[in-house]
Amino acid sequence: MPLVPAAQLGQTGRMGEAASYTTLDGDNGRTLRLSGDWVIAGIGLLSNDLRGEDGLTTIDLGDVRHMDTVGAWLIHRTAISTGAHIQNASANAARLLEEVGEADRPDREPPPHRNAIISGLEELGDAVSLAIGSLSGLLAFFGRLVRAFFAVLINPRRIAWRELVTRFEVIGVRALGIIGLMSFLIGIVIAQQGSVQLRQFGAEIFTVNLIGRLTFRELGVLMTAIMVAGRSGSAFAAQLGTMKLTEEIDAMRTIGVSPAEALILPRMVATVLMMPLLGFYASILALIGGGLFVWTVMDMPPITYVQRIREVVPITDFYIGMIKAPVFGAIIALAGCYQGMQVEGNAEEVGKRTTAAVVQAIFMVIVLDAMFAVFFSSIGWN
Amino acid sequence: MATDPLRNAETDHQNDKDAVISVRGLTNRFGDFAVHQDLDLDVRRGEILGVVGGSGTGKSVLMRSIIGLQMPASGDIRVFGESMIDRDEDEAEAVRRRWGVLFQGGALFSTLNVLENVQVPLKQFYPDFDKRLLDEIARYKITMSGLPAEAAYKYPSELSGGMKKRAGLARALAMDPDLLFLDEPTAGLDPIGAAAFDELTKSLQDTMGHTVFLITHDLDTLHSICDRVAVLADKKVIAIGTIDELIACDHPWIHEYFSGPRGRMASKSHI
Repeated sequence: MPLVPAAQLGQTGRMGEAASYTTLDGDNGRTLRLSGDWVIAGIGLLSNDLRGEDGLTTIDLGDVRHMDTVGAWLIHRTAISTGAHIQNASANAARLLEEVGEADRPDREPPPHRNAIISGLEELGDAVSLAIGSLSGLLAFFGRLVRAFFAVLINPRRIAWRELVTRFEVIGVRALGIIGLMSFLIGIVIAQQGSVQLRQFGAEIFTVNLIGRLTFRELGVLMTAIMVAGRSGSAFAAQLGTMKLTEEIDAMRTIGVSPAEALILPRMVATVLMMPLLGFYASILALIGGGLFVWTVMDMPPITYVQRIREVVPITDFYIGMIKAPVFGAIIALAGCYQGMQVEGNAEEVGKRTTAAVVQAIFMVIVLDAMFAVFFSSIGWN
Repeated sequence: MATDPLRNAETDHQNDKDAVISVRGLTNRFGDFAVHQDLDLDVRRGEILGVVGGSGTGKSVLMRSIIGLQMPASGDIRVFGESMIDRDEDEAEAVRRRWGVLFQGGALFSTLNVLENVQVPLKQFYPDFDKRLLDEIARYKITMSGLPAEAAYKYPSELSGGMKKRAGLARALAMDPDLLFLDEPTAGLDPIGAAAFDELTKSLQDTMGHTVFLITHDLDTLHSICDRVAVLADKKVIAIGTIDELIACDHPWIHEYFSGPRGRMASKSHI
């Protein structure tokens, strides 16, 4: 029967006769007689059975109808491992066998896995050196950025105004909605929880102190920082990372445009400038939220609320918030841009680096916030 | 012999029984801009069909329509006799396991090494294959595609452009497809690498007998391995036939293409 390459089976499809084989013990030793369609479909189970066959002298392909390279591979493999010779192969089958035989190269396995303890230690060491490398890399990155900043200051024509204004819009203006809503709701929650607890001491009126001081001093800026890290820090990492993968950043360098000046500095400056504005806006929205609760539930008229806020919130609370905000902004932008510029290799890396940027930014913001709290208390800004 | 390829494109396809791919009245639109308008095309069983056309004439869009990545505005596309429009998932899968696609940049899965990349279609369609068999199959496919054996454990980011294409080809060939789509396989390769890739395409096709749908700009590829060439212009396949037939026809673009300085050079070296 003529052997037709599987490709020519056409509309009849591949559902032909299933591949099978029988062994015959004859005068000249053992013969493996193959029959049916030796194509990829329905050959998977034969693979293991064939491995078990040994002591073969001949493989007879006389009854094979169709064959593709997978079938050829199985036959080739069996012939090599048992030393059997192949007979009655049609021209096409012989050609397939030859092609597959040529492609059969000794495998070079990757090095085997090592002992669990050693590889565990190795991973620990890698993690430590990675952490140290990451920290020193971040410092070096910051250094380069400062240098780029002064280079641009000396030569103001190099300021990327367009990019800067775009970043103002993306980081600041477009965040107004979500940050406003979040802060407004947080203001209500603080007022509600505060009033419930303080009522037990008959000190419900101090809810206003709680709202005013907490929002300006801590929560307004902190929540804004977390939101900006999630919104913009991640975007920085993903944007720059993708640009690295598509070689855009390399292209910039060869043209003589410094990526630090054209991409990173605008993001950095924009975040540093937008954070205090967003932080202040968030605090005001939280005050309004709290005020609304106080007005509707505690029956305190808005005018009294505003009056109380002015009395109980010292101006230093406002200063504290506005001092912290740009620092947080710098950290968020730094983490985002640094992680983005570290991307190398593949798309998964972009995801990993983006996650790292957000986690790093939020972590550092909270650590710094704690340090600021201690610092401001100790200089007497209570 | 001397059929007019311009007329071929319009009439000859009415009932080409031997067509692996048949496209009828295909219209593709992006917004108001029509890339294809009433495009007809037949790809015959066992041939290597080269698809050429200027940049932006929708060669890749045509391929994407045929493999179902681009929903056409209207028209009918049949692959192995199955309509690719509004088909259900089971039918689509039956067709999908019979074709292999090599994308322009290789489109390797960047988080998997070459060996795993080649195994993806095998695992998808034959989950019962054991790991040893999968490894064996993937390994000989990789060598067949002209990659060194040690490339199997490399990741796409560690491969050169040419090696990525070869790895992509190995993945496209994983299932022993009856139909192979190649999107500019030799673009970006050096002439030696490109010639080797052509030879590889041809010898694999000789061995396995699959049909090849080949998009290319490479005149050498057209001359050395294509059985027929389809020319895309004016939103249609304006001509289809052997290179000699195409050279003989007087459409200005085709004339320019095959008889321009590069076309002449390529045809000289393949006589």
